[in-house]
Amino acid sequence: MFVLFTKPLRHSVTAAILVLLTGCAAVPEGAEFSDPYEQANRKVHSFNTGVDRVLLRPSSQAYGTVIPEPVKQGVTNFASNLNQPGYVVNDVLQGNVEDASHNFFRFLVNTVFGFGGLLNPADSFGLEERSSDFGETLHVWGAEEGNYLELPLLGPSTGRDAVGTVVDIAMNPLNFVLPSEQATAAAIATGASVVGDRYQYSDFIDSILYESADSYAQARLQYLQNRRFTLADGSVEEEDYFDPFEDEDFLQ
Amino acid sequence: MILSKMKTSCSNFSNESDAQDVSRRALLAGGAASLGWLCLSGPAIALTEQQARKMVETLVDEVNAIIVSKDSEASKIRRFEQLFIKYADTDFMARYALGADGRSASAADIKAFTKAFQGYVARKYGGRFREFIGGRLEVMSAAKRKSIIEVKTKAFLQGTAPFEVTFQLSDRSGSDRFVNMFIEGVNLLLTERTEIGALLDRRGGSIRKLAEDLKTL
Repeated sequence: MFVLFTKPLRHSVTAAILVLLTGCAAVPEGAEFSDPYEQANRKVHSFNTGVDRVLLRPSSQAYGTVIPEPVKQGVTNFASNLNQPGYVVNDVLQGNVEDASHNFFRFLVNTVFGFGGLLNPADSFGLEERSSDFGETLHVWGAEEGNYLELPLLGPSTGRDAVGTVVDIAMNPLNFVLPSEQATAAAIATGASVVGDRYQYSDFIDSILYESADSYAQARLQYLQNRRFTLADGSVEEEDYFDPFEDEDFLQ
Repeated sequence: MILSKMKTSCSNFSNESDAQDVSRRALLAGGAASLGWLCLSGPAIALTEQQARKMVETLVDEVNAIIVSKDSEASKIRRFEQLFIKYADTDFMARYALGADGRSASAADIKAFTKAFQGYVARKYGGRFREFIGGRLEVMSAAKRKSIIEVKTKAFLQGTAPFEVTFQLSDRSGSDRFVNMFIEGVNLLLTERTEIGALLDRRGGSIRKLAEDLKTL
């Protein structure tokens, strides 16, 4: 999936999508969401579920059981390290100096002392992963969440996050520095780590995709809740705070 | 030690012979926590942050005790269900999961659904507590938010970065109970309202039919 987008996309395309997707759909607070494209999204969801069933899930089972643990860990570390420069760029764009330097040093330590990122010594120095992305940058800049979207192969997203994903792929600093051979290796590692993640979280993902009564609605809910939680970073405004007793179904 | 604290902090309790009977049984069973439970549910004691924190700690201890026990999977799930009934406001949670569909339902249907819902939640979430083996949950903070008390904890599990688990407690039912839980921001009540809503749709909105089917889901 990421393999398709290793070349930077033109800014005009990005700008056009930005206008198209984020629009001005203000989302009500709390548990609400805006999903006017539900019909189309559901089609994409069945496509994605099909891809998972015939391709991703079986290959993740094979990957998970055949590949030795240290190798899997190395792939995960390497792919994760490749994301670090992008985190730094987004931290800077968000004006978050602390996270920017944190992620910069994490990248430095893992690249130099972790054999190009195969090992992850930074964790033991207290330089844990602090991921960021352009969707978050847009959030910090004041962009609204936009409408819910399920993207082909990429899965649950929102107008804002879809733009973020495109921009992140386009502006990954490594695209501009890595020679093509290393870029290919990077793309393969990223792909393998996606398969590895699918294996690691298989119980959870299976429960959503194959054990829930409406896997589309469940994936949408779980994605939005977790995403909002991550973006809020523990500081939910009092008026937005979820109090189940405020629910209209219980007001007398 | 906890026991003696519970006893002294709840003098109104020994006046009621029914409650005394229950408490004696609980004592005989070695259930210090259930005595504390009955005590907390005494009239007009507002839930404090301190109590909420204590309740989460007690719950975590009890969950851990089940996880590490040598019981069979089925018996563990049964114990989870008992724990869920003991600590959670299951009437409210079941009614929340039904949402608007529950408003026009008969009392008998709601009752049957609530009972089935308890077992369903125990199986669904109790089964996943396996992932907690060797892990721990640390209480970070407790605070009043709107009408509830929020207790934030951090889960340390093997092989994953620490993540946040938050509990919501309320004394609205007349006793102090868990009403909701968030794992990394994902809200259990909303998850179950979505799930139960979809299951209901498939049954033409029949709560009775769902209560029946939920026993095997």
